[in-house]
Amino acid sequence: MTLLEVQGLSVTIPSPAGPVQAVRSVDLCIAKGEIHGLIGESGCGKTMTGMALLGLTPAGAQVAAQVFAFDGMNLSTSAINLRGRRIALISQDPAAALNPVLTIGRQMDDVLRTHSPHPKMDRRAGAVALLAATGLPDADKLMTCYPHQLSGGMQQRVVIAQALATGADFLIADEPTTALDVTVGAQVLALLRQLVADRGLTVLMITHDMDVVAAVCDRATVLYAGLSVETGLASAILTRPRHPYAKALLAALPDAAPHGQRLAAIDGQIPPSTKPISGCAFAPRCPAVMTLCHTVPPPARVQGDHLWACHVAEGAP
Amino acid sequence: MSALVRRLGYGGTLCLAVIVSFALLALFAPWLAPYPDQGMGTPNVIAKLKPPSADFWLGTDHLGRDVLSRVIFGARVSMSAGLLIVAFSLLIGLPIGLLAGYFGGWADEALMRVTDVFLAFPALLLAVLLAAALGPGLLNSIVAVAVTWWPWYARMARAEVLVLRGQPYVEAASVMGVSQGRILIRHILPGAARPLLVQAALDVGPALLTASSLSFLGLGVLPPTADWGKMVDEGRKFFPDRWWVSAAPGITIFLLALAFSVLGDALRDREGGKRRDAA
Amino acid sequence: MELVRYTLRRVLLSAFVVVGVTFLVFVVAQVVPSDPAALYAGPRPTAEQIAKARVTLDLDAPLPQRFVRFATAMGTGDFGVSYKSRRLISQDLAVYLPATLELAIFSTLLALLLGIPTGVIAAARRGSWLDRMGSLGSVLSVAMPTFFFAMLLQLVFSQWLGILPLSGRLSQQISISDPLPFVTGFNLIDAVIAGRPAVVLDALAHLILPALTLAAYPAGIAMRLTRAAMIEILARRHIIAARALGLSAPRILFGHALPNAVGPALTVIGLSFAYALTGAVLVEIIFAWPGLGRYVSEAILSKDFPVIAAATLVVTLCYVLMNLVIDLTQIIVDPRVALT
Repeated sequence: MTLLEVQGLSVTIPSPAGPVQAVRSVDLCIAKGEIHGLIGESGCGKTMTGMALLGLTPAGAQVAAQVFAFDGMNLSTSAINLRGRRIALISQDPAAALNPVLTIGRQMDDVLRTHSPHPKMDRRAGAVALLAATGLPDADKLMTCYPHQLSGGMQQRVVIAQALATGADFLIADEPTTALDVTVGAQVLALLRQLVADRGLTVLMITHDMDVVAAVCDRATVLYAGLSVETGLASAILTRPRHPYAKALLAALPDAAPHGQRLAAIDGQIPPSTKPISGCAFAPRCPAVMTLCHTVPPPARVQGDHLWACHVAEGAP
Repeated sequence: MSALVRRLGYGGTLCLAVIVSFALLALFAPWLAPYPDQGMGTPNVIAKLKPPSADFWLGTDHLGRDVLSRVIFGARVSMSAGLLIVAFSLLIGLPIGLLAGYFGGWADEALMRVTDVFLAFPALLLAVLLAAALGPGLLNSIVAVAVTWWPWYARMARAEVLVLRGQPYVEAASVMGVSQGRILIRHILPGAARPLLVQAALDVGPALLTASSLSFLGLGVLPPTADWGKMVDEGRKFFPDRWWVSAAPGITIFLLALAFSVLGDALRDREGGKRRDAA
Repeated sequence: MELVRYTLRRVLLSAFVVVGVTFLVFVVAQVVPSDPAALYAGPRPTAEQIAKARVTLDLDAPLPQRFVRFATAMGTGDFGVSYKSRRLISQDLAVYLPATLELAIFSTLLALLLGIPTGVIAAARRGSWLDRMGSLGSVLSVAMPTFFFAMLLQLVFSQWLGILPLSGRLSQQISISDPLPFVTGFNLIDAVIAGRPAVVLDALAHLILPALTLAAYPAGIAMRLTRAAMIEILARRHIIAARALGLSAPRILFGHALPNAVGPALTVIGLSFAYALTGAVLVEIIFAWPGLGRYVSEAILSKDFPVIAAATLVVTLCYVLMNLVIDLTQIIVDPRVALT
């Protein structure tokens, strides 16, 4: 059953240099219980997409979409109500996400008070239980600690516990492991997978790291310059990408290059977000580019549940 | 002209105009004041405490002197006091802070302790004590305030130097064998001095206020020299019936301090903006 | 452990500053003037008085010895004799110091009460009419000369509106016919101790104008600092996270954002207290407030130098103590301060 359905999402932010198209046209379709990866380089609009789902775009930003629905409700109007109730955020830097001058207990309690007004003792017990559920040892003692006394991994678990405390069933995880050590990050990912299985959660995993996609994602969408260019099973995208950008991205991974050979970097740069794009966004950098690509927007191609947008027919290199 | 407005904004340019006007008033007082001799102190007792009129635009004080002329002549004292206080503080504080910040070590520690002691005094008190010890006179009160202000500039300079000292171009210069002195003057001084000068511009207003507070208390110029703070004090006895004796100098202090303050803010906003962009 | 070390260091620093302050006052009092004996002898001193002063000041002894004498005298509360009142200065100080402290504390509280909430609201409603008014008020309060502002307040509230008393600490009727027994020197506290609510109100009425005069500038600064701090805080990740968790706006503003801004608020307290202590010199003259400020200003006029020196020293030491308390409070509020 589809939990989140988005078509043609765009986010335009006013700036002194003119309107900035942070997100041009993004399509997302996430089913309940799925861990969906949102892949792309920095600046491709993935974080802003997440913010748009929460209704937390910067002041003055214009958010528009053809379809923008969560569990049947229209996100344009209901985002503010769903935020922290059905949809929760786990952001990149756990140290920054926690208030440095409040204790963990106080921060957990604030969330619990807002969402389930129970007496204080019950709330405290609830908070401890949630902290323990994320694998934190000595959860009881942690309640009186300050964030700076915890390690990065522990802080991220606290953030996850807060998200669970809201009772949300949809988690937006914005690069949750980027600020953590590799081993710690792996533990956090394992935790997320376990929570999805145990509690029937759905996760949008925003990341630029293919390893993360390989480790936890069921399906994924690739973003380029604010556009969704390919979407399908994570395993399919990783092993048989269709869109030239996705192909180039995977080829550019350090592991992909044979030992001793130059890394395959993608020439060129992302198109500036202040100018409109004609034709295909990736055309200037695409190895399979045709003259058509510069002027006509690429059509959507389908193969089973795998979609991508490209002029070049499947089968071409 | 438009370059000025771009630099300072409309508010800032207006303030600059106000300040320049006062400076001109101060410079050309003997020619601009309607009653220059009264401005300089000659009494005119028959016209004692007259309200503002066509003859005396701002009325007369308790000795019959034209308040407008006194205010114009007072500009000389106040402007010079404000500027000199800031200049002296800067002249003492900047080099000390530079040296302490650059060379570090025990000299730096010693400086920090010394400034701690100076900064432990609630500002005006030390100036009052010092001015009382030095004796009456404008220069004495200026020196007294400057002695209480230099620690701020020393601390600021030191902080700037500490940041600049770690910059790659400074390291590069010293690796290339440039002498310490040269590095200090050519590379560090310009960078450190800039925010200090902006702060100094912001400080002329408070300096002016402090100086006029001192003369309000009786430390400062000797009578019969016109001084705004002193004039407010003299007019206190007649306030509020003969409000003009105190109000005229009081409002003038306020206006000039405001002009400096807004100008300084405008400078700092532009300065801060530039620094942010450059980073 | 870190906290203990930080506390120790801070206390030691204060102790050092106390010594340094005493030394500086000593230098200004006895070394700077061309003839310290003449200064101490009072206005228009006779040769005999000057000679006596020379002996009292022990001017022929070496500097370190003189400093030790000076310091021990001050330490034991012997500040010498005032030439105007012919009384021991320490007696005068005991009466006048509480009066000034009462004013300083009250004006600091006013500054915080006026400045901080205004700053919070200005930050939350950035760019609005309210924000602009607040900024304007802050700019004006910085430029206004204290003594002139005091006179204006007297004009408006005492003369024109007649709702607040012109000067003094208590109404004539009370101080003459049924004086308040002196317990702490803080009229508000003494009146409560004596169980006389009418006097409490009267003391309060007399406190308002002078305290307001002294609170104006610090309130302006408090507003600016709080606003700037809040703007920066409201943009932080953990506030966005709090919003994402669905917490309500007032809870975020006052429960999550403001506690981060306590540092600047404490700074304002220090600043405000300092400003009040020095501004008191000016304000007490205008409101005829029998405190240290007026004591000092009259001493200036009558060239009663020992009084000026003693008052400066005592007030400064109060200020050093208060700063120490504030710094130590900062640690309790934001433990990270001690770690940097």
